[in-house]
Amino acid sequence: MFRNLFFAALVAALCAGLATSAFQAWRVTPLIFAAEAYEGGEDVHEHDAEVSADATAVAAEAHAHDEDEWAPQDGLERTAFTLVSNLLMAAGYALIIGAVSLAFNLPITFATGLYWGVAGFAAFSLAPALGLPPGMPGMPVADTLARQVWWFGAAISTGAAFILVARIRAPWALAVAVALVLLPQFIAAPLAPTDPSDVPPRLTAEFVAVVLYNSAIFWVVLGLVFGWFNDYLARRPATLPNGVKA
Amino acid sequence: MNTAAVSTGLSSLSLSQRLIAAALALFLGLTLLVGTGFAGDFRLHNGAHDTRHAMGFPCH
Repeated sequence: MFRNLFFAALVAALCAGLATSAFQAWRVTPLIFAAEAYEGGEDVHEHDAEVSADATAVAAEAHAHDEDEWAPQDGLERTAFTLVSNLLMAAGYALIIGAVSLAFNLPITFATGLYWGVAGFAAFSLAPALGLPPGMPGMPVADTLARQVWWFGAAISTGAAFILVARIRAPWALAVAVALVLLPQFIAAPLAPTDPSDVPPRLTAEFVAVVLYNSAIFWVVLGLVFGWFNDYLARRPATLPNGVKA
Repeated sequence: MNTAAVSTGLSSLSLSQRLIAAALALFLGLTLLVGTGFAGDFRLHNGAHDTRHAMGFPCH
């Protein structure tokens, strides 16, 4: 049984990882590249300002240091790294929802797969995005750790709401779930500084829509394939009794 | 029928068995998620850079 669940998680991760990689190559990566062109432009400004303020000089130095760091070469290498990290990220999410399924005795089937996908999307993309809209490279942002903490808080609280209503069909559970969904949104997310950015607003707006669309595709594929494969493994006569090996 | 088969599979396990497997899956899953989406190390960050932005993880 456990073996089946892990196997189904990996198959789902493979499909969802490939689906998101295809969509990213088509709609997301071009925007990231476009933004990076402006990010490069911003550096020049920083170096110009270096003379005037110590703080800016330190920031510019730190940035220059960043550029010495290893990063995959644009082209095949970068695409390959993105593909691999998409697959690993997908495996991570698949195992997390698999763990939730086991811990709370909520089966992932083809019939419930869409619910899992929608819940995963709401918890891990939609809720965090309301406080921390997806940003492109080169946009001003608040402290990374503070944003990560808020992101996790929003995801866990929203996810817990879905688990609660899935387990307990009672008015009080629904009320608590609504509170859990709202809670993180009333705790202010770290606010990005309002520094001017060279990235055009049209690209910024487009990016938010594209990231949410990308996540939605990812989660729906992950949930449905996970469920479909679970059903498939459960149907096999050899694994029906106790997960005994064939 | 399919739903019944899978849920029977899940419920036929004891609670502790399920929780141990869940903890293991959660640990592995979080390791992968943090490694790709949240790690501070610049190699992990730069390698997974586009994934982070594309999935809306907090990035630079």
